[in-house]
Amino acid sequence: MNRRDLLKSLATVPVLGAVLYGWHKKKQAVELMKKAMHSEISLSAYNPVIEKEVATGKKLRIGIIGAGSRGSALLKGAGFVPPETIDSWKEDAVKDKNNTRYEEYLEQEDLNVELVAVCDIFESYAERAMKAGANIFREGSNGKMGNTPKRYRTYQELLADDNIDAVIIGTPDHWHGTITIAAAKAGKHVYCEKPMTWTVPETYEVVKAVQENNVVFQLGHQNRQNESYFKAKEAIEKGIIGKVNLIEVTTNRNSPGGAWVYDIHPDANEQTIDWEQFIGPAPKHKFSLERFFRWRCWWDYSTGLSGDLFTHDYDAMNQILGLGIPNSAVSSGGVYHYKDGRTVPDVLQSVFEYPEKDLSLVYSASLASNKHRGRTIMAHDGYMDVGGELKVFADKGSTKYKQQIEDGLINPEIPIYSYVPGQEHVDAITSPTEKYFAQRGLLYSYHKGKRLSTTHLHMKDWIDAIRTGRKATCNENRGFEEAITAHMGTIAYREQRKVFWDADKQKIV
Amino acid sequence: MENKTKTQLFWLVTLRVAIGWHFLYEGLAKLSNPKWTSFGYLMDSKGLFEGMFHSMAENENILNIVDFLNIWGLIAIGLSLIIGFLSRPAIVGGITLLAFYYLSHPAFISLEYTLPTTGSYFIVDKTIIELIALVVLFVFPTSKEIGIDKLILKKSNTDEQANS
Repeated sequence: MNRRDLLKSLATVPVLGAVLYGWHKKKQAVELMKKAMHSEISLSAYNPVIEKEVATGKKLRIGIIGAGSRGSALLKGAGFVPPETIDSWKEDAVKDKNNTRYEEYLEQEDLNVELVAVCDIFESYAERAMKAGANIFREGSNGKMGNTPKRYRTYQELLADDNIDAVIIGTPDHWHGTITIAAAKAGKHVYCEKPMTWTVPETYEVVKAVQENNVVFQLGHQNRQNESYFKAKEAIEKGIIGKVNLIEVTTNRNSPGGAWVYDIHPDANEQTIDWEQFIGPAPKHKFSLERFFRWRCWWDYSTGLSGDLFTHDYDAMNQILGLGIPNSAVSSGGVYHYKDGRTVPDVLQSVFEYPEKDLSLVYSASLASNKHRGRTIMAHDGYMDVGGELKVFADKGSTKYKQQIEDGLINPEIPIYSYVPGQEHVDAITSPTEKYFAQRGLLYSYHKGKRLSTTHLHMKDWIDAIRTGRKATCNENRGFEEAITAHMGTIAYREQRKVFWDADKQKIV
Repeated sequence: MENKTKTQLFWLVTLRVAIGWHFLYEGLAKLSNPKWTSFGYLMDSKGLFEGMFHSMAENENILNIVDFLNIWGLIAIGLSLIIGFLSRPAIVGGITLLAFYYLSHPAFISLEYTLPTTGSYFIVDKTIIELIALVVLFVFPTSKEIGIDKLILKKSNTDEQANS
């Protein structure tokens, strides 16, 4: 072979060098950027979510009071699902192999608890919960069953039974406080759905009863277990976005179900529903299926948007920022879309002031528009969108990031930090594709990580707390802050005035 | 293939190297991102074969294989096109990869993708053009004139001569 042929053979090899050089340069630049960002905003890869407290020893005996739709979801979180539901999950899995509900449920940890007691004032719900309680092998209709839980007609009878250690309360709002107080006085641990109370006076009594009787109380804000909230809290504590001055949280729903117009059960009538017990502490009213199934629409039983939906957002922010009770609240809104006889508003705006913290918390809700607005924490150096995933952006006008923005190391349009639960690594820099998917919530958290229900984790947190004698994550003190804040928003709306919290007297004025 | 003019040969080689560059850099970029996975891309698939691509994404083992073949396939094909080594199998491999990309995201008017595209396409998109360009290179091979394949060719020719 001559020199000329050799040259021809190798003519294009130098191009290879150019590509490799380019790649190397690019890698260096990314590394440099990562370093620059990491020194500012690195967060730990540690996720404190799942404690390894193994549910061993004696089975905890629990009862449920109020086993409607939310009550059923709580039972599922505790490991009790009616066989019929399992059957339909199995069918779904056959029809669509992407449907992994049954598989996921089978993987849900056994909390070593026993459902021994059921109290519901609607026959069908009580029967369903009893079947769920017996279905301990999670097999479905043809499977083996365990003992059927005992049915109680009233919550007082259930609470009087010494063979029950703890109760789950899934009743309408107007019963939360009353039953929690009675349960605590009977020495039962309590998992109660949000909001903690229906009236202001009950709020103090719940805390007193829980603490005096030394029971473990968990309020049903399952988002306490949301991994991205842990990251958000860490990011706030590290001062990544600087000093927070405004928090905006929203409800955006647009469907009858979202506006609490639930289906009326075909078997429901005056014979199958104990109406008098339903009313309880509420004003007397003649039997009404609408009121029984759609109770959230009336102040007589409900706490409205403030108690029902804002509390989730408030609790999230309280978890992330340790807000506590605001100094004042104003609210306005009305029944603007669902003119179905409801008394609670379907559009509501509330503003809460925290002058000691130099920040405002704004809640804006519509039950008749789906425009997604999310939850945003705003500060001088940046802002963060907190949802299933967490995105942190630098602010264009930031003082802290001024230099990095000028140097092109930080682009205010792109998150300086994004966290998707289930992802293996915590990293400041992700590929454009990943960023895009993360922004649209399309990165499935079960990819290479197991998708776990937060309700289950919250239930587990409560049960672990009972077993180890610690406080639950969303205990009565957090519940007190939640309930008082929600009540302030509601009172401001209903009385059309600015409401204040007197921190010295611990009173709403 | 001695009947190509110098200009024709020059531009054919340039096309080969350019496509090689694109493949190699794509492969290296994916390689240097430990979090890269084809999961999102496959899940975004639409059209006739979306079921197949979705199930590839959802099976962890298959996904790992797809990711591996993607990264190393891109790198190997890119390298081979640039230096002109075993160019024919590389071109066939490249055509196969591109065909998969196209079939997973066909440019039909009725299909909307989540992943951003860089322009507007109807049936003919950049993937299919790159695929056709590879077919052209297959029909007009150049690596035996400019490329390592020339060395091999020479060597085997000399070997044959020595043996005879």
